Amino acid sequence: MRYLYYPGCSAEATGKAYDISTRALMGKLGVELVELDDWNCCGATSYFSVRELDSFAIAARNLAIAEKQGDEDLCVICNACYTTLAKTNRYMAESAEVREAVSGALGAVDRTYSGNKPVRHIMDVLVNDIGLEALGEKVTRRLTGLKVACYYGCQYSRPMGDFDDPEFPVTMDKFFQALGAEVITDFAGKAKCCGGMMMLTKEEGALRMCHELLKGAHDAGADVIVCACPLCEMNVEGYQPRVNKTFGTNFDMPVMYFTQLAGLAFGADPKQLAIDKQIVSCDRVVAAIPA
Amino acid sequence: MAEDRIAVYFCHCGSNIAGKVDVDKVVAWAAEQPNVAIAREYKYMCSDPGQDLIKEDIQQHGINRVVVAACSPTMHEPTFRKAAAAAGLNPYLLQMANVREHCSWVTVDKGEATEKAKRILNAQIHRLPFNEALDPIEVPVNPAVLVVGGGIAGIEAALKLAATGKKVYLVEKNPSIGGHMAMFDKTFPTLDCAACILTPKMSAAGKDPNIELMAYSEVVEVDGYVGNFKVKVKKKARFVNTDTCTGCAACLETCVVRKVPSEFDQGLGKRSAIYIPFPQAVPLRATIDAEKCLTLKGKKCKQPCVTSCGPGAIDFEQKDELVELEVGAIIMATGFELWDPGQDARYGYGRLDNVITSLEFERISNASGPTNGEIVCKNGEPPKSVAILHCIGSRDLNYQEHCSRVCCMYSLKFSHLIKEHLPDTEVYELYIDMRCFGKGYEEFYRRLMDEGVHMVRGRAAEVTDLAMSPEEEGRLIVKTEDTLLGIVRRIPADMVILSSGLAPAKDAKAVSQTFGFGCSGDGFFLERHPKLEPVSTITDGIFIAGCCQYPKDIPDTVAQAGAAAAGALALVDNPTVKVEPTISYIDPEKCAGCHICVGLCPHVAIRYNEELKVAEVITAACKGCGVCVAACGSNVPQQHGYLDNQIFAEIEGAMAF
Ligand SMILES: Cc1cc2nc3c(=O)[nH]c(=O)nc-3n(C[C@H](O)[C@H](O)[C@H](O)COP(=O)(O)OP(=O)(O)OC[C@H]3O[C@@H](n4cnc5c(N)ncnc54)[C@H](O)[C@@H]3O)c2cc1C
Ligand code: SF4
Ligand code: SF4
Ligand code: SF4
Repeated sequence: MRYLYYPGCSAEATGKAYDISTRALMGKLGVELVELDDWNCCGATSYFSVRELDSFAIAARNLAIAEKQGDEDLCVICNACYTTLAKTNRYMAESAEVREAVSGALGAVDRTYSGNKPVRHIMDVLVNDIGLEALGEKVTRRLTGLKVACYYGCQYSRPMGDFDDPEFPVTMDKFFQALGAEVITDFAGKAKCCGGMMMLTKEEGALRMCHELLKGAHDAGADVIVCACPLCEMNVEGYQPRVNKTFGTNFDMPVMYFTQLAGLAFGADPKQLAIDKQIVSCDRVVAAIPA
Repeated sequence: MAEDRIAVYFCHCGSNIAGKVDVDKVVAWAAEQPNVAIAREYKYMCSDPGQDLIKEDIQQHGINRVVVAACSPTMHEPTFRKAAAAAGLNPYLLQMANVREHCSWVTVDKGEATEKAKRILNAQIHRLPFNEALDPIEVPVNPAVLVVGGGIAGIEAALKLAATGKKVYLVEKNPSIGGHMAMFDKTFPTLDCAACILTPKMSAAGKDPNIELMAYSEVVEVDGYVGNFKVKVKKKARFVNTDTCTGCAACLETCVVRKVPSEFDQGLGKRSAIYIPFPQAVPLRATIDAEKCLTLKGKKCKQPCVTSCGPGAIDFEQKDELVELEVGAIIMATGFELWDPGQDARYGYGRLDNVITSLEFERISNASGPTNGEIVCKNGEPPKSVAILHCIGSRDLNYQEHCSRVCCMYSLKFSHLIKEHLPDTEVYELYIDMRCFGKGYEEFYRRLMDEGVHMVRGRAAEVTDLAMSPEEEGRLIVKTEDTLLGIVRRIPADMVILSSGLAPAKDAKAVSQTFGFGCSGDGFFLERHPKLEPVSTITDGIFIAGCCQYPKDIPDTVAQAGAAAAGALALVDNPTVKVEPTISYIDPEKCAGCHICVGLCPHVAIRYNEELKVAEVITAACKGCGVCVAACGSNVPQQHGYLDNQIFAEIEGAMAF
C-alpha cells in the first residue's frame, strides 16, 4: 500500500508529534507514505474567509503536484487540510467559475490540475482501505481497559460527511474498539469545535468550548482524549491550565494524537511516537496499557 | 383531398412565454411557412376570446389544421381540442407545440429561446398534414370505486361514495383502518378527542353494506384504464378466520409471545404475537404476526390461543389470497410516514433517553396508551421541563425542504396537554416561525401563550446530556440561538419532543408506479394541477386525497377526500366514458405472426389469432403505450396519432434549419 502524503504546515511546528507518530504508525502497518514534493500551506480556514477564489488556487497547487507525482490517493492527517483540499475538488467539480479561476492561477506557474485527485483522511484510509479486521489482527499490544474519548473535532467530517456522519461520526470509535480500547461512544463533545483560532482572538469563548469538551470526557471517565487535528490537540491539551483557572476546575487530562496511541497498539515505542513531547504527561496512559 | 390550411396560434401566456420568446418574430416567420394560412399571437390562448379565435378561423377561413404554440399538452390540449371540435373540426387535427415547459421556462438566453420556439413550432407544422381525423372510443364504465388506504382520508372518501349507492372497496394494508388519527388523544385546535370523532366513522365504514372492507391487504397489480380498471389485491393471511372471530380478545391474553413492540404504540407498549392493534380496531378481528408466532416460525408452542378461542377461529393453514376487482375509478389515500429523526444525529434520537418523537408523545398522552395517559419520562417520573423542537426534518435543505404544515399546531397541542396534566411543568416551544394557518389556529396559539408556555424563536441546534452546571446535571440540554433575545441559550429539559415532519411513505414511488402515475420532487404523489386539479392525477380515473399528496391537517384531508369522492363519482355515475383513440393497430396483411409483441405488451392487449396466424390488438385493452410499435421487427404495429410518418415529419420539421 502506498499513498502520497501531505503533512500540512502544523506538522512542522506545533503538530510535529502528529507527523512523527503518523510515519511510525504507518511504518508499523506496512503502508508507504511518499511525501508530496514542494507542498505549500493548504490555506486552512483563514484564507477562505478572506479571499475564497485565491484560496482554492492555493489548495489546488498541492493537488496539481500530487496529480503529477503519482497515481496514489493523497493521504492527509490534519482535519483542516483535509476539509480544505477535499472542498477544493468539490467546488472545482461544481462551479465553472472556480474551475476557471484555479486553472488560470495554476497556468501562471505552469501547472495544471484536472480536479480529480482523491483526497483521503488518514482515518478513512485506516478504516476503509486497511479495514478494521486486518487492523485488529495486526495489534501487538491491545489497549484493553483503556477508556478513550475520541475527539474528532468540527472539521473531521463536516460539512460533506464523505466517509462519516457529519454530526455524529463513529469511525474513530470503531478504530479504537478494533484496537481493544473501551471507547466512550456517546462522548457528547466528539464533533464539537475546540474554539480553533479563536483562542488567539477571543480566548474566553474558546476556553468555554474547551471546558465543555474536557468536562464531557472527564465526566465520562476518560483516561485519555485522542485527536485527529493539530489545532484541536493544542487547544484541548495546552490550554488546560487556563481552563482550570477560568472555570475553577482541576483537569489534568492526557491528550494525544490518535496516531500516537494507535502506534503503541501496533508495537511502536513511546519515544518513536514522540509521546514524551506531550504537555500533559501521558505516562499514566502508557503504563495502563497491558504489556 | 382539400389543400392543407394550417392556422398557427402563438400564446404569450402573460409573460411566461413572451418574456423569453420574441413572439412577433416567430409569428411573422410562421406566416411564411408552407401550408400555413394564418398565424396569430394572443396573450392568453386558453381564455374564451383566445379559443374563439380558433373557432372563427375554422368557420370563416376554411382552416382545417391547427397548431397552438403554448404550454404543455397535458395542461391545455383538451381545452383547445374541444374548441376545435365545437367549430366542427376533428379535434385530432389540432396539435400543441410546447413552447413554455420545453422552451421559455428552461432557456436562459432570449435569442436561443426564440430559435428553439421556431423549431418546436416547425415540427408541428410539418407533422399536421399527416394527422388523421380520429374519433374517441366510447367504453362502458364500471360503477365501483377502489379506495386505497384507510386513514381518515380513505374512510371519508369511501363513506361519501357509499352514500351515493356506489360499491366501494376499501383496501388497507394494516390489520385495522384508522391511520395516524387513530393514535391521537386530542386534535387541534378544538381539542376534540380523536377517538370520539374518528371511531364512529371507522365503524360506519366497517358496517356500510356498500363498502367492502379489505384490511390487511395490498394492491399488487393494476391494469386497464379509466372506467375499467382491473386490480389484483393480496389479502394477507391473518391466520384467523375473520368470519368466525368475534374480536373477543381472549387469545391475546393467553399467547405465550407477549413482548412484541406494538406498532400502534410506537414501540412504547407491547403486544402479543396474536393481536388486535387497539380496542376500537375496525375490523375488530385478531391477526397472528407470522414473524413472531412460535407455531408459524416452526417452533414448538402449546397453542393456548387455539384452546382459548371459543369459536375456533384460529387457522394456521390460512394462505395469502389474491382477489381480482373491477372498478371504474380509484382513490389513493395512502397517507404519510413520520420523518425518522434518527437521521439527524444532532438531536440524539435513539441515543439519548427521553428524546421522543411526536407520535410517541401522542401515545404517551393518550388515555388508552402505554402509560394510560400519564405524561412521564422513561423512569416513570413526570418531567419538570419539556422542550418541543419544531421543524425536525422539515424546512431543512439537508433533509426535506418542505414545511410539514401540521407540526407547529400539534406542538402547541402538546404544550396544552402538558400544561393540563402537569401545571407546574415548564414547557418550551422552539420554533422558526409559528405557522398557525387555519381556522381558529392563531387563536389557539394566543391561548397557549396565556397558559404560560415559553415560546423561543430559534431552531434547536443540538440536544446533549453534557451538563455544564449543577442544574443541568442528569438532564437533557437543548442548545439554541434565541433569535428574539439575540443570545445562545441552553435549556434544560427532562423530556425533549421532536416535532418530526411528515414524509412520503417509503414505498410511495413504488406504489405510484404500480398505479401508473407520478410523484413530485418532494416524493409525495403528484397532482394533475396544483391549484385547479389537486385531487386528480395524470392518469384519468385515479384520484388522490389526504397526506399522500402533501402534508395537511385533518380538516384539509377531509375536504380533499370529499373532492376526490366527487371526482370519482362524476366519472362512475356515467354509463360510458370516452377514451383516447390513440391506440395501436396491426395490419393483418403485414403481420408475420412472430409473437414478439404478444409477450411484450404490458397491458395484455395483444392476442394471437390462431386461425389467421397473426397478432391482433384488443382495442378495449390497449393503452397506447407504444411498446409493440417499437418492438416489432417488421414495423407492423402502428399507433394512431403517433404514426411513423407523423413522427418523421416532426423530426424533419425540428431539424429543418
Ligand atoms: C404527531 C401528529 C399529530 C397530529 N395532530 C393533528 C391534529 O391534532 N389535528 C389535525 O388536524 N391533524 C393532525 N395531524 C395530521 C394528521 O395526522 C393528518 O392530517 C391525517 O392523518 C391525514 O390522514 P390520511 O388518511 O391522509 O393519512 P394517514 O393517517 O397516514 O392514513 C393513511 C392510511 O393508508 C394506509 N396505507 C398506506 N399505504 C398503503 C398501501 N400501499 N396500501 C393500503 N393502505 C395503505 C396506512 O396504513 C394508513 O392507514 C397530526 C400529525 C402528526 C404526525
Ligand atoms: S381469534 Fe378467537 S379468540 Fe382471538 S379475537 Fe378472534 S374470536 Fe377472539
Ligand atoms: S401459536 Fe403460540 S405464539 Fe402463536 S399466536 Fe398462538 S400462543 Fe401465540
Ligand atoms: S408546520 Fe411549523 S414545525 Fe412544521 S415544518 Fe412548518 S414551520 Fe416547521
